[in-house]
Amino acid sequence: MSWQPISDGVTQAWHLIATCDPQIVDITIRSLQTSSMATVMAAFVGLPLGIIIGMGSFRGKELVKILFNALVGVPTVSLGLFLWAMFSRDGPLGVLDLLYTVPGIAVGEAILIIPIIVSFTASAIEAKDEKLRDLVRTLGASDFETAMAILREAWGGVSLALVSSFNRAFAELGIAMMLGANIRGITRVLTTAISLETAKGELGLSFALSFILFAVVLSLNFVVGYVGRSRWFGDLQARSGW
Amino acid sequence: MTEKKGMTINQRTMVIIGVVLAVAFVAGAWYMTRPTTKEQIIVSTTTSFYETGFLDILKKNFETKYPQYNVSFISQGTGLAIETAKKGNADLILVHDPKAETTFLTDGYGVNRKIVAYNFFIYVGPSADPIGVKGLSPVDALKKIAEEGAKGNAIWVSRGDNSGTHSKEKALWKLAGLNVTLLKQQTTPDGKPWYYEAGAGMTATLQLADQKNAYTITDVASYLKNSASGNIKLVKVVDSGKDTLNVYAAIICNPSKNTRGHYEASTTFVKYLASDEGQALFKDYGVTQYGQALFKPWITTLKANTDTDLIQWVKDYAYIEGSDCPMAYRLNPGDLYS
Repeated sequence: MSWQPISDGVTQAWHLIATCDPQIVDITIRSLQTSSMATVMAAFVGLPLGIIIGMGSFRGKELVKILFNALVGVPTVSLGLFLWAMFSRDGPLGVLDLLYTVPGIAVGEAILIIPIIVSFTASAIEAKDEKLRDLVRTLGASDFETAMAILREAWGGVSLALVSSFNRAFAELGIAMMLGANIRGITRVLTTAISLETAKGELGLSFALSFILFAVVLSLNFVVGYVGRSRWFGDLQARSGW
Repeated sequence: MTEKKGMTINQRTMVIIGVVLAVAFVAGAWYMTRPTTKEQIIVSTTTSFYETGFLDILKKNFETKYPQYNVSFISQGTGLAIETAKKGNADLILVHDPKAETTFLTDGYGVNRKIVAYNFFIYVGPSADPIGVKGLSPVDALKKIAEEGAKGNAIWVSRGDNSGTHSKEKALWKLAGLNVTLLKQQTTPDGKPWYYEAGAGMTATLQLADQKNAYTITDVASYLKNSASGNIKLVKVVDSGKDTLNVYAAIICNPSKNTRGHYEASTTFVKYLASDEGQALFKDYGVTQYGQALFKPWITTLKANTDTDLIQWVKDYAYIEGSDCPMAYRLNPGDLYS
């Protein structure tokens, strides 16, 4: 029984963080870039969709909800493969020249996490009192104002959706590998670097990178959770009327 | 009432500010990650080449000499590496599968094939060598492993991923007169298979073989590297020979089929690989670390013309119609073949 790769990993992780290893900083920043770009893009599409589905009552609504719930479980490598064929030079979207670029990975991850945002947002809104919508309406609010009011009421669930989808984009491997191909200095992110170092048999470094990935996720979630619940944020919300 | 109105405006302002910030953020990230002004060429290559670390040295030296270019390597098994190039996502391929390379040329996807380096495949196995494979020829060793495997005395691990190494393995089983499809279905007396398919890269396959005390085929470079780092305890049981030759060639994507448009830059890259400077990189890589070069420079060997046996082996194995690249598939090669 050997704990060596894991203990090596801990030591190396400390060393890499302490020395601000430029390559590690580079790939960590790129990971943050892809996943935050993806979350922003996905929010633009997913939040309105989630609000419409959550607030509306239309035929086939249950079917649409089931579809988005199912899409949450799409394997990243399958979606990556599909997008690889789409973004390939001879593929339908080849002219966009997105393959093997950071925006390419971000678009892929955005598509991956849109269903998470839609599903979570829709559920969060439905969980709120149905009468709320009518109440806001009777107070003379426009559609947009109604949506905003409901979004504010369901903010707990919606922020959870955004944070979860960021985490998913940050930690996924399949799309980053297929659409980025792990090119050093260009598309290498934390997960593809871990995969490569494992393939190379550099287990200590793989563990070190994994610890760094987890540390980043943990601190981001901590910051978001803490700020979201803090009195300062509450004041800010109240003052801005949000 | 006025208060309510104020709230609404603030709410809208907030949303607008949020949207503007988000757009600015995406645009900024996009701008920061835009491609450099350098011409970027993409080389689709194999895992065995990539995992040894040689390509980092190659990239550094090439880009120092030609600062106008930026080289990116994508590493996949030879099968997917060629598929990537066929779909127009790469400018050239650097692989080790003469059969697949020939098809790539004859299907019209590639031009100007150039053999640049070689090394050997070896068989590795448990140091005790329980079935006595040591010293056998590559073909006899496979026969022995199959015979003992069926009795439950040995395990063979295959890459199983259509890589160049996997192609080589299948060719060797064929030479030994054995049918791999049947071997896969065979079971030992206690009902377990003895022919394992890893479906993984070379290092992962070596690790699997190491854990299982199994035999497997590997390129020398991957073996030396993993052995030196203490990843595996397997030892070399069957040495290099004519049948286990491993030859690396570069092929440029045919500009009439490939729309990336970096034909000139790709030609420069292949010429650099074939130049004395490029060949010296092969000759020196790994000598200090492993006591021997991981890849042997082919063009230097051919010019020196001292090891005539070896030169004949490479020609028999990797030449297409008597040369690196038949005339029909050469496109403005300049001095590449002189």
